[in-house]
Amino acid sequence: MIDLIIDMVLLVFLIAMAIAILRICGMLAMAMLFGLYSLLMAGLFMVMDAPDVAFTEAAVGSGVSTVLMLVTLSLTKSRYEKTTSKFQWRPLIIVVSTGAALIYGIHDIALFGDPQAAVHQHVANHYIAHGQAETGVPNLVTAVLASYRGFDTLGEVVVIFTAGIGVMLLLGRTRRHVRKSDEDVA
Amino acid sequence: MIMTEYFLEHFVSHFNYWAAIIIMMIGLYIVISHTNLIKKIAGLNIFQTAVFLLYISLGVVAGGTAPIVADGFSVYSNPLPHVLMLTAIVVGVATTALAFALIVRIKEAYDRVEEDDIVEKDDLCGEEADQW
Amino acid sequence: MKDNIILRIIAKLLIPLIILFALYVQFHGDYSPGGGFQAGVIFSAAFILYTLVFGVDTAEEVVPERALRVIASLGVLVYAGTGLAALIMGGEFLNYSKLATDAVTGQHIGIILVELGVGMTVSSVMLLIFFTFANRGRPEGNDYD
Repeated sequence: MIDLIIDMVLLVFLIAMAIAILRICGMLAMAMLFGLYSLLMAGLFMVMDAPDVAFTEAAVGSGVSTVLMLVTLSLTKSRYEKTTSKFQWRPLIIVVSTGAALIYGIHDIALFGDPQAAVHQHVANHYIAHGQAETGVPNLVTAVLASYRGFDTLGEVVVIFTAGIGVMLLLGRTRRHVRKSDEDVA
Repeated sequence: MIMTEYFLEHFVSHFNYWAAIIIMMIGLYIVISHTNLIKKIAGLNIFQTAVFLLYISLGVVAGGTAPIVADGFSVYSNPLPHVLMLTAIVVGVATTALAFALIVRIKEAYDRVEEDDIVEKDDLCGEEADQW
Repeated sequence: MKDNIILRIIAKLLIPLIILFALYVQFHGDYSPGGGFQAGVIFSAAFILYTLVFGVDTAEEVVPERALRVIASLGVLVYAGTGLAALIMGGEFLNYSKLATDAVTGQHIGIILVELGVGMTVSSVMLLIFFTFANRGRPEGNDYD
């Protein structure tokens, strides 16, 4: 019961934080709020018995991601975003209709925490019952990540590697003469 | 009384899903309505965390514990959504960094990070564009 | 931030602890929450803190960008190489059971190697991305290779 209450309180905070990010026009404040938002999300993952995901979200969301956002803000020298006083109806209509369709859909999902839910009837039972015996690793998340879904993880690692190469190609400047010609044009 | 029961069954027990959808709607609204590219990426990240929230909520088992096999526990939460979201978070930050890199290049080329300014500048040609 | 003595002292105290924790998360990830992805981002967060406090030049002396590029590629190679080793030893690609005479031991060895590869790639790619962004913002002229 206490888990459920903490869960709901954190969710309310999370929604409030998302609305704050939506409303705020100072970019630096937005980056800071984003770090807080990720920290709340990490706490929420911890309450929902997912310590591995909570770890990652805490380090990525409130660490690396916020720092990258701050660096981008300083590189683009943006301090405030351009705001319009005109209320925008069209985005609101699109968003509300999408949300309504999804809310109609979620009532077919099993109740929160129901052990008989369809999600838990597929491969998860095998992982929990035989995971340790088959891989020798008690942490089932590691076992599934590295062994049962090894191909998937290999793909993810290659995606991260490729994204790193992409950033270096876009922003890296190791050769001076390329920039010289850029300056001449400018 | 019936109303209370209905409320408990359909709102409290689905509150995580409701919250995920509300957060997703806020993220989508930011992506569509704001013109600042950095803000758009922030909105996209909020949308992404809403998906994480939905997946992790689906993996919860009442009375369960973290999926690390130990003596004295028999009910564990579903490890599969954890694995999927774990990798998605790290891949997400890598691709977000790529988006930020593109924004930095756009800023250097156009001197703007607002989408409508960029479109406006794209429409100009000849001397008008040089005088920008 | 180089002149702020409180930040410097606290950072010097915290960074070894963060790195130690990252190593714990990496190599104890089989028994407690953790693994390559988590360890990689925690490790890079330690060096990002170092860079923020002591400057990019000092940080690049500690971890040269060239070494990071090698480590990032090496991580992917370790991962794919483990799969290939399993293929050569008579199993399917990434079927670690064949890596040792005992299937469970083989799985355990494979998982440790694969997580090591993931940790190497994730930590070095995160640092590379951060260094690339940080170098972009510096005044022109002092970035000769």
